[in-house]
Amino acid sequence: MRGFITTFQLALISIGGGVLLGIVIGFARLSSRKIIYYPASAFVFLLRSIPLILVIFWFYFIIPLLVGRPLMDFASAAIALIVFEAAHFAEIIRAGIQAIPEGQVKAAYSTGLNYMQMMLSVILPQALRNMAPALLTQSIVIFQDTSLAYVIGVKELLRSAAIVDAREVRSFELYTFVGIVYFIFCYSMSLLVKRWEVKRRTSL
Amino acid sequence: MTYDFQWSILWQQPYGQWMLEGIWTTVRLGLLCWAFALTLGIFVGTLRMSRLKPVRMLATAYTELFRNIPLLVQLFFWYFAAPRILPKGLVQFLYYDVNNVEFWVVVIGLSIYTSSRVAEQMRAGLGSIPLEQYHAALSTGLSNFQTYRHVIVPIAMRIIVPPLTTEFLTTFKNTALAMTVGVLETTFMSQQIEAYTFHGLEATTGASLVYFSISMMVTLLMNIVEKKIAIPGFIKRKA
Repeated sequence: MRGFITTFQLALISIGGGVLLGIVIGFARLSSRKIIYYPASAFVFLLRSIPLILVIFWFYFIIPLLVGRPLMDFASAAIALIVFEAAHFAEIIRAGIQAIPEGQVKAAYSTGLNYMQMMLSVILPQALRNMAPALLTQSIVIFQDTSLAYVIGVKELLRSAAIVDAREVRSFELYTFVGIVYFIFCYSMSLLVKRWEVKRRTSL
Repeated sequence: MTYDFQWSILWQQPYGQWMLEGIWTTVRLGLLCWAFALTLGIFVGTLRMSRLKPVRMLATAYTELFRNIPLLVQLFFWYFAAPRILPKGLVQFLYYDVNNVEFWVVVIGLSIYTSSRVAEQMRAGLGSIPLEQYHAALSTGLSNFQTYRHVIVPIAMRIIVPPLTTEFLTTFKNTALAMTVGVLETTFMSQQIEAYTFHGLEATTGASLVYFSISMMVTLLMNIVEKKIAIPGFIKRKA
């Protein structure tokens, strides 16, 4: 049970952090300044092409070097997840912003807003509303991805099951249970997303 | 920050040999899973379009079930839990007599997981084909099966090539999870090198570069393939 809470916390932290960092990087990918555009693109391409498990190991090894002392497993996994998911969110956000018609930008400028105001109060709210289904789907993926924190010893749902299994030797019941928990949660979320999407489409 | 970088551990013996073996296993695992997943996924995805309700529901249940459980949990299920409910004789044969069980467990687990995702893409592809195509094919005298086999599925396949490329790369990256049940693939090897030499950063970076370069190659290759097989008249992807 405590494992489930850890899974939940990990998922929430990574989604929150991932979206925020993703917005920043998504904007950087739209920048016309090369010095901003290239590093952001490199970040996205690199992280999207290596497995999450390696990213988790990466942070597990590099954080002690930068900070000088090992961090908690949980923090290390959370940072790795945030950074990894930010790359995925950035792409969704970039696509969402690009889907907004150019006229909106021009209209916003012509009312006298500056770039920051235009983005924050005109473009981003619209873009976020359009992207909501994609963002939620990615959030479900993150929820599943938190199971990878297992490898560096975070006591989330799967690790807890493995610990209990080592003591009680009831593999079948335990892993089936873990599967069911994930299934119920992810499936109900995805149904919710689907319903919402249909509702939005009919309201337009 | 004082850290003694020793990149040479990546090609020193025996570690270099380990890395190469790991890469070879990763590639084999990726391709094998992809072959199974693609076949199964196309099949299940097409079944979801069936007119028979039980068939459709079964295919949908399959897709939703395997799509909504994390891959790692599924691998653990096949590796730890499944042997406990299968008949004894079968378990003896499968889990003790077969060489390299871990490898095949991952092939099964990853293939099933990926096939459900392919099925979902397939459904989207089939859904994007206008109904007239179907009626036109029927009116030329093809049977329902022939229509799907020769007209609908081939077109849908070409439409979903870009998402399938992404899916292949995901599969390829997912093979890294095989390390958790003890398959000696790239990520496992990099962690083993870490355990022997304490140079985890170099080993992990090396493994990352391997995945990165293979992904890049596949992406470039698929860009060419996509251009070759694009159906004239459909929206082309901007280069």
